[in-house]
Amino acid sequence: MSTREYMLGNVAIARGIVEGGGKVISGYPGTPSSEIVDTLSAMKERDFYVEWSVNEKVAMEVAAGAAMTGVRSVVTMKHVGLNVAADPLMTLAYMGVKGGMIIIVADDPACHSSQNEQDTRKYSEFSLMPCLDPSTPQEAKDMIPYAFELSEKFEIPVIFRPTTRISHGKSEIELGTITDHKAEAKFEKDTSRWVMVPANAVIRHPHLLGIQEGIMEELENSPWNELTINENSKIGVIASGLASVYAKEAMEELGLEASFLKIGAYPVPEGLIKKMYEQCETVLVIEELEPIVEDRCKVIAKDIESPVKILGKTGGYVPRVSELNIDKCTKAMGEAFGIEVDVPEIAEPELELPPRPPALCAGCSHRATYHAMLKVFGKRAVFPSDIGCYTLGVQNGTVDTTLCMGGSITVASGIYDAGEKQPICCSIGDSTFFHTGINGLLNAVYNKSNITITILDNRITAMTGHQPNPGMGLTSTGEPTKEIDMELLCRGLGAEFVETVDPYDVKATEEVFKRAKDFEGPAVVITRQACVIHARRAGVRRVPFKVDTEKCIGCRMCVNLGCPAIEFDKETKKAHINAMCTGCGLCSATCKFDAIVEVQK
Amino acid sequence: MSSKASEFDLVISGVGGQGTILASDIIGRSAVLEGKGVRAAETHGMAQRGGSVVNHVRIGCELGSMIPLKGADCLLALEPVEALRYIEFLADDGVIIMNTESVYPVTVTTGKAPYPSVDSIVEKLKETHRVIAFNATEMAAEAGSRQAMNVVLVGAVSNFLPVKTETLLERVKEMVPPKTIDTNVKAFETGRSMVE
Repeated sequence: MSTREYMLGNVAIARGIVEGGGKVISGYPGTPSSEIVDTLSAMKERDFYVEWSVNEKVAMEVAAGAAMTGVRSVVTMKHVGLNVAADPLMTLAYMGVKGGMIIIVADDPACHSSQNEQDTRKYSEFSLMPCLDPSTPQEAKDMIPYAFELSEKFEIPVIFRPTTRISHGKSEIELGTITDHKAEAKFEKDTSRWVMVPANAVIRHPHLLGIQEGIMEELENSPWNELTINENSKIGVIASGLASVYAKEAMEELGLEASFLKIGAYPVPEGLIKKMYEQCETVLVIEELEPIVEDRCKVIAKDIESPVKILGKTGGYVPRVSELNIDKCTKAMGEAFGIEVDVPEIAEPELELPPRPPALCAGCSHRATYHAMLKVFGKRAVFPSDIGCYTLGVQNGTVDTTLCMGGSITVASGIYDAGEKQPICCSIGDSTFFHTGINGLLNAVYNKSNITITILDNRITAMTGHQPNPGMGLTSTGEPTKEIDMELLCRGLGAEFVETVDPYDVKATEEVFKRAKDFEGPAVVITRQACVIHARRAGVRRVPFKVDTEKCIGCRMCVNLGCPAIEFDKETKKAHINAMCTGCGLCSATCKFDAIVEVQK
Repeated sequence: MSSKASEFDLVISGVGGQGTILASDIIGRSAVLEGKGVRAAETHGMAQRGGSVVNHVRIGCELGSMIPLKGADCLLALEPVEALRYIEFLADDGVIIMNTESVYPVTVTTGKAPYPSVDSIVEKLKETHRVIAFNATEMAAEAGSRQAMNVVLVGAVSNFLPVKTETLLERVKEMVPPKTIDTNVKAFETGRSMVE
């Protein structure tokens, strides 16, 4: 059997977890991290426990608990998720672990699918946890079993930080053997270790600082850092993680003679950096996002009074925003080392290209909810929203704010508390409500916010790739579990107005919104209809609609819904429904001329 | 022409939901089976919901997955506007294979932006590059399913890839839903015959 398989970076990481003997794996979905848990959940034969937790803080604590018993655990999330889990993270560094624990945090330079582009390596510096930064999907897989061992050796969790191009990159992966190391769970009482009261914390802080030197030594000699000295050259390039493959290719393209240091593990390898300084007069540091390596390099140079000149983000050679690529690296090398670089000339396209932003799917029930919401509350109302597919409602005029997961209800409260006179109606998805929306509703009830809270319940965590959540009655592996009653939950949190409606029933939805708007105090409207993509996969087929061209007067009402299935025919000046129609009926319900009808069989 | 770091660089562009990932997977897996290193990058998450998507596939490559500007040997476009949008990746002597069937973005259907005529797009591209343009969606429909459009285009690009046609065709059979194998094989062969 071939040991080389073509796979997605995240699938390779999942394989690494299996090879390394991970026993408890938890996570919260977030692009680009989601496929790690998805892959493990889908495995037919499994000798580990895997779950989608309700949020990243919860997931972190589940994995921490498992590692306290001596088994190997993993928690996965995206970079912004680590902010949610930052509270346990910082103390977990003091407490440490028994079994190896890996905190996988996928970064997203260039914001391909994120609200910011923060650099998780900063959390590694902040928490004093070591961090591994893979440069290829292969290395990502290979680093995982190593990370378990490193974690156990120093009894501290290890941060593992792939980026979008690793997680969603594909390559052939050389598979390794699956370890037979599987510790049995055995929790040993040790209050000085597991109870972080001040008296114990003050002892663990110096302990944490004390193990740093050992970690640095261990990582310095690990295969993830690699120094190549070029004795014919006085210049050097230091590149970290993914940037190191871009830098290598740029050097090959330029035929650049230079010493090269690839960094794949933090804290940075000070000994290797010093060795490079002995050979080089000028060093260019190439890394994505924050100047973490660059800053350390400067400190090291100053400490040893090296005359080496360090270039990077300082001086503007390497950009601090967005992701890097070969062209940016080539340009940086050209400027830093005074080499003539042949930059390809890109002509502006003469034809004006229409922007193609992502949009709610044809037949997505969120469109129907937003249509009713806008009609009842009016354009001047304030519409705070949240993170998920429904954020795409920004094109429908019903998303005025998006801060972070769970931030819509709380932002709505703040806007109300400030004295805003317009009605306030916020929106949040089912999974997001379970994630951190619950706190917001609790707060709105307790502090008497007069707002409407819409929970867009499409019965799944859709945007990240259809992961189950507590509202579905299914675990990550598809086993039946308790289905959380959203209405009962909201009532339990103290909300007195809680109504559920099918958003495809436009009239009924408008009626509910009217009552919610008139209600004094926080009113909860749950609009429930399955995600169209998921429903289709489950075999739901609805009759599509078509335009009766006799009746259509070309008013564009339906076109303005922004449904990808509705086009406007410029020649006939009438609407046209294309093959993407899924038969939700929203356009038919909103057509004043009864010109949109079901396709007769 | 490809850079020194890669044997063949392919950019695949299209609209989320059109099947760019399957197209690149067929090609990537085939190349790996022939013993070549492959690096690929794809679009997931928010951009996938009907948005503009682009995949990079580098065959015979051991470094990163991102193709440099003007580095691609071929641009495979599943949609006309999405051909023009990523043209900067194509080398001056690179070839464009494109589907002429448009998918209007919401910015066009709601009247916020114009959609250039497909003829004007093809003309524009022909000024600088070799262009192989045809309606792959219609050809897929004739083969049995409009959804096989991506496989028609894989068939067309198979004429240029440093991978054996049989290997590609075997992967098509392996990777499409079992009920649609005949349709997809036909789609592949029609696509392949579009290039002389």
